[in-house]
Amino acid sequence: MTLANGWEMVIGLEVHTELLTKSKLFCACENHFGSEPNTNTCPVCLGLPGSLPVLNEVAVDMAMRIGIALHCTIAPSTFHRKNYFYPDQSKDYQISQYDLPINSGGYLDLPDGTRISIERAHMEEDTGKSTHVGGSGRLAGASSSLVDYNRCGVPLVEIVSGPDIRSALQARAYAAELRGILIATGASDGRLEEGSMRFDANVSVRKANEAFGTRCEIKNLNSLRSLQRAIDYEALRQIEVLEAGGSIRQETRHWDENLGETSTLRVKEDADDYRYFREPDLVDLAPSDAWQVAVREALPPMPAARRTGLLAHIPEPTGPERDAVDVVVDLDLDDYALGAIAGGIAPALAIARASNEVAAGIENRANLSVDAFTATLTMEQSGALSATQAKTVLGDILESGGSPEEKAAQRGYEQLSLDSLATTVATFIEQNPDEWNRYREGDEKLAQFFIGLVMKATKGQANGKAVIAELQRRR
Amino acid sequence: MTTALSIARDVNAGERSASSVLAASLAIVAARNEELNVFLHVDYEGATAMAAAVDERVAQGLNAGPLAGVPIAIKDNMCQTGIPTTCSSRILDGWRPPYNATVIDRLIAAGAVPVGKTNLDEFAMGSSTETSAFGPTRNPLDPTRVPGGSSGGSAAAVAAGMTPLSLGSDTGGSIRQPAALCGVVGMKPTYGLVSRYGLIAFASSLDQIGPFAATVTDSALLLEVIAGHDPRDTTSLPEPSPVLVAHVNDGVAGKRIGLVRELVEGADEDVVNAVNSAAEALRAAGATIVELSIPELRLGLSAYYLIAPAEASSNLARYDGVRFGLRVNGDDVTAMMEATRTAGFGAEVKRRIMLGTYALSAGYFDAYYGQALKVRTLMIDAFRRAYDHVDLLLGATTPSVAFAFGAKSHDPMAMYLSDVFTIPTNLAGEAAISVPFATGEAGLPIGVQILGPGRSEAQLFAAARVLEIADGRP
Amino acid sequence: MAELTRSEVAHVAKLARLTLSDEELDLFTVQLGKILIHAQDMSALDLSELLPTAHPFGLVNVLRADEVRPSLDRDVVLAEAPDAHEGRFAVPRILGEAP
Ligand SMILES: [Mg+2]
Ligand SMILES: [Zn+2]
Repeated sequence: MTLANGWEMVIGLEVHTELLTKSKLFCACENHFGSEPNTNTCPVCLGLPGSLPVLNEVAVDMAMRIGIALHCTIAPSTFHRKNYFYPDQSKDYQISQYDLPINSGGYLDLPDGTRISIERAHMEEDTGKSTHVGGSGRLAGASSSLVDYNRCGVPLVEIVSGPDIRSALQARAYAAELRGILIATGASDGRLEEGSMRFDANVSVRKANEAFGTRCEIKNLNSLRSLQRAIDYEALRQIEVLEAGGSIRQETRHWDENLGETSTLRVKEDADDYRYFREPDLVDLAPSDAWQVAVREALPPMPAARRTGLLAHIPEPTGPERDAVDVVVDLDLDDYALGAIAGGIAPALAIARASNEVAAGIENRANLSVDAFTATLTMEQSGALSATQAKTVLGDILESGGSPEEKAAQRGYEQLSLDSLATTVATFIEQNPDEWNRYREGDEKLAQFFIGLVMKATKGQANGKAVIAELQRRR
Repeated sequence: MTTALSIARDVNAGERSASSVLAASLAIVAARNEELNVFLHVDYEGATAMAAAVDERVAQGLNAGPLAGVPIAIKDNMCQTGIPTTCSSRILDGWRPPYNATVIDRLIAAGAVPVGKTNLDEFAMGSSTETSAFGPTRNPLDPTRVPGGSSGGSAAAVAAGMTPLSLGSDTGGSIRQPAALCGVVGMKPTYGLVSRYGLIAFASSLDQIGPFAATVTDSALLLEVIAGHDPRDTTSLPEPSPVLVAHVNDGVAGKRIGLVRELVEGADEDVVNAVNSAAEALRAAGATIVELSIPELRLGLSAYYLIAPAEASSNLARYDGVRFGLRVNGDDVTAMMEATRTAGFGAEVKRRIMLGTYALSAGYFDAYYGQALKVRTLMIDAFRRAYDHVDLLLGATTPSVAFAFGAKSHDPMAMYLSDVFTIPTNLAGEAAISVPFATGEAGLPIGVQILGPGRSEAQLFAAARVLEIADGRP
Repeated sequence: MAELTRSEVAHVAKLARLTLSDEELDLFTVQLGKILIHAQDMSALDLSELLPTAHPFGLVNVLRADEVRPSLDRDVVLAEAPDAHEGRFAVPRILGEAP
């Protein structure tokens, strides 16, 4: 969206992502979404008197993966207490990293090449969850609340971007790219619908090249669509206020998905005094060089590199081909595309089938091995299956497993296997040396002679195109 | 009184039963607890079962552990599964922890029999046990006087002969000061030597659990049992429990001991005299006594009364009426939390929460809390320099013998000054012991304090043992 | 350092979720003021060269393996709660969202 009268948005995002550890950040309770309320709790995550936190090694490892993937510097770090009273915060303070975070000073490149700076990516613990009773079930108007501490103490990494984002669409692209990176590191499942990733957006507007305006923070956006809509709404609201001669008050705002509006949640005031101080129950964290190197070396390629890698197989990719590559990387279908390409399939076909047919049945991807995918495309490419048949076969395998030959037979697509077709063709060439020589010398009519023989021998099961392909291969 | 060492030996040898030892202990509790208010809770059933289990092990020919059948009193700020744990505060009235502190596990494994929970200053904030929400504990040696605090109940339990051993916690002197006032041995171990897991936090970077006993050897025996690395406490030192009892009689021959001016100045004359004769006794046992001054120690009180309340203000935030303990209802959750905390905490706790909240708040952090942490560095450096010249330091534990109820409770600053000699050790994370030596006003005991660097417990017990013998308790 | 005022004490009480009566406010203002004045022996020192000590010993990297161990029995946990419904801790209505 371009803004009227030379206005420009200035956006920074704070993204919280839950880490895919087995246990919580500071205790051995299971880190699991969807358990019965308060069944994953212990003295530590309930903040019972006398309990003490002990830091989870894998959470540190995952935080470093994220930091390295975002080109951050990993440094010795400490934990602080952020003090505030709130019922879903069992100790009434949150253990978080403050002035010395584990990761700082990185960047993320958007697919279009724009570089967004990453100020920091620090570790902290998640809070519990409250549900509201009475009223409409929302916070406002509720008569009481119920608290579940299963999520309390789940490890989080909070990734703070610089104020480098200039449009809601770009914010969305950043969030999507970051999500892909987090999934690639194995540190997060990126499940927005389960709250594994949550966005806070700091939004201000200014006239191009002027100083930053006063910002408002929109809290707890939990989908890419909400993120984009909320930022657009908020920026326009601010512009309206400013153009009417008003001024923006620094505040925290809430996004209402149904109304499509942001509204004031809290005005920033000196009540926001978190009294940060060093967490005396935890010691310093200083991952050794060896640990950092091990994390770096174990890190798989990130989405940007994977996209580049796939596109390199296509000489002059078209728009749809670029989109297909994006889908393959977003859905982590690289293994199919690359496996098929390595097996001799034309890259554009491999990427197209992965981004369409495999993507459509992605929840059953376990049924389709890379080998079966490659075999199906080999049949398609050789002509043993038509394009439509190949798509159907892929769908069938995703549905219930099995091999392409088996699925093709069930569908009545049974034709000669390529091996036996080649054998049959070879036999007829041997038996008819004169015809073969004439064909080799350029008499195309003789192709029909061989097709006729093969068809007769296979009772019509062979594919004519496949016979021609085989003849030409041997020519 | 029978020592823990002899009880454990006799019980393991089958010469006495743990059950009979417990019965004797409970008889004294029954006779004196009403008057002295030492125990807030006596676990008759649990203790009886544990004593029976010890007897059963012995009957099977097994060694029942180094504390077999020894009754022990636990300061009521340590968690024991299913046993009411109050910190002497209304806010925890009725709370039963669902888990054991590491020290409780270790005591039980060693054959000890936890008898019950002892009174303390509310959340260990005080020096007289007068801030307990459940009434003060009386000094068994003179019931018109305080036992000291905050571990007043645990000190009194041993002084009254109710149990040969007890556990206390020491954040600014809360073991050593009541030990001095009650005439027993109290040791504040090196920070991290004893796990804090299950110790209800007052000031996390200063708190340390330690032993009370009537004798130096029993004190060493108890510390051996509870010390050693615990993976549930990240600030726990990464080494096994030290060998202590075997070194109790090592003496002080050849040791250099610094008599520190700042650790006696301002003390009553009888206390100063006791420290001087303790120095003589150590010299007579072969130590070299060096008089020295460590002016930085004078800053301890100021640093402590910012650092400890700051940590406490955060540690005590969780008492909000949501998950456990007291709740006083309110219209909304904030009103409920405020009503609960206002009703649940006593005046001294509120004062320290306020002080700590102020010290950490925006605009004051650097001037108060930040500066206090630097004074802590200064203090550590000062001790280190002192220990370049001497092995141990000597001074008074408290400025006076046990004082009367109400003597200091109306003036916080006067009360805080009773910890002036003990606080520096906590700030430095080092070790110190208070051992009774001579008597003062009205024949009341005086505690002499011996301080050492981190991990110097064996030397401290050996030096304390020299004083114990010199004071006529062989 | 400026003297502690009554309104600062009132602000701190609010931060700490404590209600103070007028008398308590007066008393605390005096008592806390005295303690802070005592602390001025520290503020007089130039300690700019020193690093703060938050922990007595400089342990680093004390970590635990990422292993799940059994949680507490929910009935035991909720038995201690002042109020509970449907397996959750019940509290009066929450007026604002978390900061
Ligand atoms: Mg955060
Ligand atoms: Zn837990």
